[in-house]
This record gives sequence, structure tokens and C-alpha cells, in this order.
Amino acid sequence: MREVLDTVFAENTRLRGYVVDERGSLRKHMTIFVDGQILLDRRSLSDEVGPDSEIYVMQALSGG
Amino acid sequence: MTLNTNTLHIGTRKGFFVVEGTGRDARIVSEHFVGDNVVLSTTDRRDGTWYVVMDHGHFGIKLHRSEDQGSNWTEVAVPEYPPKPEGFVDISMWGNEREWVLANIWSLEPALDRDGALWCGTVPGGLFRSEDRGNSWKLIESLWGVESRTRWGGAGSDQPAVHTINVDPRNPLWVSVAISAGGVWRTKDGGASWTPHTKGMNAGYVPPEQSDWPEHQDAHCVVQSPSSPEIFWCQHHMGIWRSANDLESWTELHVEPSSFGFAVAVHPNDGDTAWFVPAHSDQKRAPIDGRVVVTRTRDGGKNFEVLTNGLPQSHAYDLVLRHALDIAGDGESLALGSTTGNLYVTDNQGDEWFCIANNLPPIYSVRYA
Repeated sequence: MREVLDTVFAENTRLRGYVVDERGSLRKHMTIFVDGQILLDRRSLSDEVGPDSEIYVMQALSGG
Repeated sequence: MTLNTNTLHIGTRKGFFVVEGTGRDARIVSEHFVGDNVVLSTTDRRDGTWYVVMDHGHFGIKLHRSEDQGSNWTEVAVPEYPPKPEGFVDISMWGNEREWVLANIWSLEPALDRDGALWCGTVPGGLFRSEDRGNSWKLIESLWGVESRTRWGGAGSDQPAVHTINVDPRNPLWVSVAISAGGVWRTKDGGASWTPHTKGMNAGYVPPEQSDWPEHQDAHCVVQSPSSPEIFWCQHHMGIWRSANDLESWTELHVEPSSFGFAVAVHPNDGDTAWFVPAHSDQKRAPIDGRVVVTRTRDGGKNFEVLTNGLPQSHAYDLVLRHALDIAGDGESLALGSTTGNLYVTDNQGDEWFCIANNLPPIYSVRYA
């Protein structure tokens, strides 16, 4: 997962700080679905991603 | 006991306030627990008891009860989750092992099948019941045990919250609950079994193929019509839905200037009349163009009026949360409170609003006693 995001961030450098924090961990109220499953490793983004995987990066519901 | 249905209870970030009077004559008459975070309140109209929920932060969630309309308060028990069975996998949407620990109380309603009984909805997603006016509590294992429960998400709170409890006027053993985000569920056997009721709803915050899954529906607030109990209104994260067929299915309504919001109220004697307080959108949780408005339908959602008389129409950034709009039993008086600490009431169904207080702490709940 980290490799995928790094590729995206390389094309859009400003996006990085919106999705991950300065340690590279997923921001608290962001969520990622990989093939319909919620990402397990939010800290290191080590979840396996296949060549045909479908990935959604979403804002989690929160706030008021 | 004679109860004044126009007594209004205000739960705020820094205290609990009581308002008496209607319309322009409404006034705050007493304050309680000043400095403490009052999440919500409810009144058991059968015996006149007031209940107040507090989030003490450092010291946890507490429940207080008053039998003399606020002169004296007694702290009673709060729900406690049972220990998690060893080996039970309960991973939250944040990737952490979910703790079976009371994080908050987001709903509290009299259980009308038994004197003194109460239903209580909590974070992280447990529904509890007390048979003894809050002296003890028991988890409703049947709902906690539904297969999808571990997939319920956080929304509003970081963990799932049971924020709506509707006891059916036709039969007190029929109870519907709504969960952010875990859908709408109903029991017809006093809590022994539950079925989801979200057909027609959709969620835009999950992959498209999961958008109609019951457990993803973030119903911010659901009210059941007391006079036409087959009618339910829902302010959902994605918009406004209505069910006129006793929860068999929901129909989406598109309302101007916005269908986004948290609260909904229904008229006690007319299931087709309902009120909403819109915010701009999920991404912008503030009034549109700095104007606080209320939307009202009188025809089951075919048409909506935008009510503004007496509400601030410039540079206002008030948000009205799910428990911060209520209607009195007279069907004429409504109250709304905002996170900016402004309290408005009307005594003519919203045609004209009066500001009762401008400087309250952030308001979490308004509730007619």
C-alpha cells in the first residue's frame, strides 16, 4: 500500500500531507479500502495490494 | 402529576439549563452542573423523573437522576460492557482492537413496556436496558451479537454510536434504533431479535459496491410519527429519507437549500409535517451563506418551506446537532440549539423564531420535558 501511495504522491506532492502524517501513517480520520476491505496497517501501510486491486482513499465520517 | 410540556431542557458543553415559557416569553429559569459536559437529557413522563448524562472526560460517563424537577440529583449507575470473550476478533475501522468499554451515552428513552424501565444507546455501539430507573443495566446481547456489528463504523464519534431509540406507540415491545454508522434496526419482541431496515438508503463514503449495505448507513437521526407510526423520517449523512410503509423501505427526498444536517422533528399529530435544520454539506458543516434556516414540510416531503423569520441571516455559523432540535407535545413549540451556543424557540411551528440565549456553551441537546 505504501508503494502505491508513494507513486501517487510523487505525481501530486501536496496530496501527501492530506492523507498521511509526517511519520507516513494514515491520518486519523482517513480510511482506505483495498478490494472492499479496510486497510489493517494504518501505521506502516504494509497491507498487500495486488496488480488489479481497487483502492479507495476516503474521509472517514466524523465531527459535527 | 401534571407535567408542563413546555419545560425545555438544554444540555451543553458546560452545564444543563432549564427553560420555561413559550415563544418570546421563554426564559432560562435554572442551571445545573455548571462546568460539566452534559451530553443529553430525558424525562420519564410516567413518573416525572429527569435524567441527565454527563461526560466527565477524566472520570468517565455519569448518569444523574432527579425526582423533584432538578432540586436534588442522585448519581445512578451507567451501562457497563461485559468482558470481551477470549479470542473474539473485534477490530474497529481504525485497525485497532475495539475495547468493550463505555465511551459515551448518546440516547436514553423510557422503555414503555415496564414502569421505571429505560433503554440506553451507547458508544461503542451497545444498547442497554435498565429495569430499575438506572440503578442497574444490562447489555442487549441480541443486537450486540448481530453478525455485522463488528463492521459498524464510527461517525460523529470515533466509534459506533446508538443515538436514536424510538419506542413504537402501537406496541412498546417494538423498538427501533439508529446507529452512526450501523444502520436502522428494529425489534418486535422487546429486544430479543433485530432486523435491519435500510432498504433505499445509500452511503457515498464506502466503495460503491457496499453503498447499500445496512451496516454502512449513517442515519444521523430517525423520528417515528407518534400519530401515524408507519411513518419514519430520517436525516441521514447523505441526505433526507422518509419511510411511509413502516420501515419496509425508504425514499430519498431532495430538499433546498440542502439535505445535509443532523436533526429532524416530526409533528406529534401529523406524520406528514416535519422539520430539518440544514447545513451546507458534509464537507462544510455550517449554514449556507451564513444564514441559519429551518426547512419544514407539511405534505410528507413533497414540498418544503424555508423558515428564516427570527433566525440570523448573515455571518452565522451555527450547527444544530442531532439531539438539538425538538418539538413539544402541543405541536406548536419547537426549540433548536446550536454549537455556537444560540438557543431559538418558536410557538407557531417555526413561522417566527425567538432567540432565548446567545451566550450558552456549545449546545448538544434540547429536549421538552
